[in-house]
Amino acid sequence: MLNIFVVYVENKPGVLTRVASLFRRRAFNIDSLTVGRTEKPEVSRMTITVDTNPDQAKRIEANLYNLVNVLLVENITHEPAIARDLAMIKVAATHEARSHVLELASVFRARVVDVAPESLTIEITGGEDKIDGLLEVLRPYGVVEMVRTGIVAMRRGTTSPSANPNQTKTPQVAADEGVSYSV
Amino acid sequence: MTKTGAQILWECLEREGVKHVFGYPGGAILPAYDALKHSDIHHILVRHEQGATHMADGYARASGEVGVAVATSGPGATNMVTGIATAMLDSSPIVCITGQVGSKLIGSDAFQETDITGITLPITKHNYLVTHADQLARVLREAFYVARSGRPGPVLVDITKDAQQSSCEFNWEAARPQLPGYRPDLSPEETEYAQALELIHKAKRPLILAGHGIIVSGAMAEVLTLAEKAGIPVALTLLGLGAFPASHPLNLGMMGMHGEAWVNHAIQEADLLLALGMRFDDRVTGNLKTYAQDAKKIHIEIDPAEINKNVKVDVALVGDLREVLKELLPRVESVDHTEWLDSIDKLKGDSAVRDVQKLPDNGHLYAAHVINDLWRETRGSNTVVVTDVGQHQMWEAQYFKHEKARSLITSGGLGTMGFALPAAIGAKVARPEAEVWVIVGDGGFQMTMSELATIVQEKLKINIAIINNGFLGMVRQWQEFFYERNYEATPLLNPNFVKLAEAYGIRSMAVTERSQVLPSVRAARDHDGAVLLDFKVEQEDTVYPMVAAGASLNDMIRRPSPIVETAADE
Ligand SMILES: Cc1cc2nc3c(=O)[nH]c(=O)nc-3n(C[C@H](O)[C@H](O)[C@H](O)COP(=O)(O)OP(=O)(O)OC[C@H]3O[C@@H](n4cnc5c(N)ncnc54)[C@H](O)[C@@H]3O)c2cc1C
Ligand SMILES: Cc1ncc(C[n+]2csc(CCOP(=O)(O)OP(=O)(O)O)c2C)c(N)n1
Ligand SMILES: [Mg+2]
Repeated sequence: MLNIFVVYVENKPGVLTRVASLFRRRAFNIDSLTVGRTEKPEVSRMTITVDTNPDQAKRIEANLYNLVNVLLVENITHEPAIARDLAMIKVAATHEARSHVLELASVFRARVVDVAPESLTIEITGGEDKIDGLLEVLRPYGVVEMVRTGIVAMRRGTTSPSANPNQTKTPQVAADEGVSYSV
Repeated sequence: MTKTGAQILWECLEREGVKHVFGYPGGAILPAYDALKHSDIHHILVRHEQGATHMADGYARASGEVGVAVATSGPGATNMVTGIATAMLDSSPIVCITGQVGSKLIGSDAFQETDITGITLPITKHNYLVTHADQLARVLREAFYVARSGRPGPVLVDITKDAQQSSCEFNWEAARPQLPGYRPDLSPEETEYAQALELIHKAKRPLILAGHGIIVSGAMAEVLTLAEKAGIPVALTLLGLGAFPASHPLNLGMMGMHGEAWVNHAIQEADLLLALGMRFDDRVTGNLKTYAQDAKKIHIEIDPAEINKNVKVDVALVGDLREVLKELLPRVESVDHTEWLDSIDKLKGDSAVRDVQKLPDNGHLYAAHVINDLWRETRGSNTVVVTDVGQHQMWEAQYFKHEKARSLITSGGLGTMGFALPAAIGAKVARPEAEVWVIVGDGGFQMTMSELATIVQEKLKINIAIINNGFLGMVRQWQEFFYERNYEATPLLNPNFVKLAEAYGIRSMAVTERSQVLPSVRAARDHDGAVLLDFKVEQEDTVYPMVAAGASLNDMIRRPSPIVETAADE
């Protein structure tokens, strides 16, 4: 099943390579990986989804921890969590089709972010199913271009791992321009 | 105090307790070499950077201290790759220092630029590229800490030429490691101890699987106490040999592909396996589907990523073995396993080792005899044997009885031919008082024999026994069993090893008969310089037993005409 890992890493050059290299070397197949900043400048956050079984999910977690730059790993697959994907879809929409496409977009609570004579670009945020659903109904009009970010996810409720000192030592990473952990 | 990066390098190494480094200079590391004159560290000039890494590795395995290898950028650094991978697979703590082109030139394909941190990323525990002198002290402290703590492993520090040349304020105390994500110190939960104890006390046919982690952890005494207290017999992995005394009545010997038959049968019949610091390598388990199906399994292991990797276990105690056993031991009750021990004793009649030892002297020289005689002759002395990879490595494991930890050094996980000679140099440098013997094949010897010059230049007393069978023997054995004796690319046309050694100024003799073995070993031990013995052994000899790749552990290829006797003899 699709497992969702939230991984906190030191915000240093080369850390993404280390994570990607680990998945390649151990033959764990990444479904999606997103990385971005967090509320702390010295910490980056990855959401990694992997189609795997519970045993292998544990091994993935343990192997991630073996990377020196990984601060915290959470498998939130079975936690109450919000998972969101963002897509931009450029649809061929000539004069007659335009109103139909607009209607579909509004049914899916998607927004039109660009209008051109021959096309419309729609932005949609949501769970993967919702985006798949919209794509399905737009396809007959002709999808010219599409991009998806991959899942970002967060637990529900007020708990945050950085608020729980038992789970992670608060990272104290010095600004570190002289050292790159890989090129 | 203001210092150059190069000076900081050596000072940090000294503060980490480094007395020797193994290295080879070149342009990008020259500033560091220039600063060596201010340091008390002894630099050993190798003949190939691969040798430097194996020496650092041998140094680490012989002493438990971090070994250090130094090389220049580009080809110097890439020559280290095999040695780094070897150390990685066998969890050996080494730090490799490489020079790198100037930081402004990185990415420009400058002369002798390679992305060595990128290349070694999957074969190091961690690595660093340092481009500023003021980062060097902290990075080096982290490198040594990461290399030696938790599950040990190789760390590479790549230092640009300008970082070596430029100066900065040096303050060792302030340059503390900053590793917020690194957790080498895990320990089990109370409930896990309780579950383990319950399984131990219920077991009727328990077996300890003793691995390299015992030696890394220094838990030899605790394992001995556990085995004796609970009356549990002990089987060892190749890298575990020496962790439990070979002469102890509870010691069964080596398990796995070339382990003794009785050991593998006992594993398949056991109802509890207590895996201590071993990682269920495929050479140990054979076919996983049929492996020890009746046994509950307890795994005591420092690396959580090893749990359930190959073999699914019932209880895992994740932590340093010695610490975990200290917690466990007072609660272990003594249990009587006489029946189980007797049944293993009956299996012992069936022994490959005995088969060869009892062979009458028919004029042929067998590797087994050479190695067994060497063991008898050196028994009781402070001996370190360093083996290479191949048939001779397996015969050594079978016929040389190791009583103490760190008395055998061998490349297990990567199986790196060419390891033995340089690793023995490292071992001798780490433990000058020890008697160091290299047991090496005629193939593997020729991979790194250039290090003979290092032995001579450093005036090291190392004894080298070439098991010269004129073949890449272990590969020939596979061809014999699995490729219809098509000996493609395995016969070797060798140089005259005696003359070769003499060209280096090393005393040498060839041995062709069994009666000459002991006298030659004695002569080697009496000589105060390095000695090379060329043992011309039976060419087409076979290591028995053998579990073919993918076969079940108890499905062994056996010697065609075994001598079956009782378990009573030696
Ligand atoms: C030609 C050839 C034939 C071979 N045949 C055999 C054979 O017949 N039988 C055999 O056994 N091997 C054989 N090997 C070797 C085999 O490939 C493995 O290298 C070996 O079995 C590994 O032994 P190990 O698991 O004890 O050691 P390692 O691979 O070094 O693993 C040690 C384990 O201990 C853990 N550890 C480290 N420190 C601690 C600590 N402080 N506390 C707790 N745990 C710790 C590590 O995390 C690791 O999981 C052969 C190799 C070659 C080249
Ligand atoms: C660097 C390297 N290349 C190839 C191999 C594959 N290999 C394993 S054992 C062996 C033969 C070793 O021959 P030799 O050194 O003569 O030892 P013997 O088996 O004859 O005792 C080979 C080629 C290896 N382990 N390492
Ligand atoms: Mg050979």
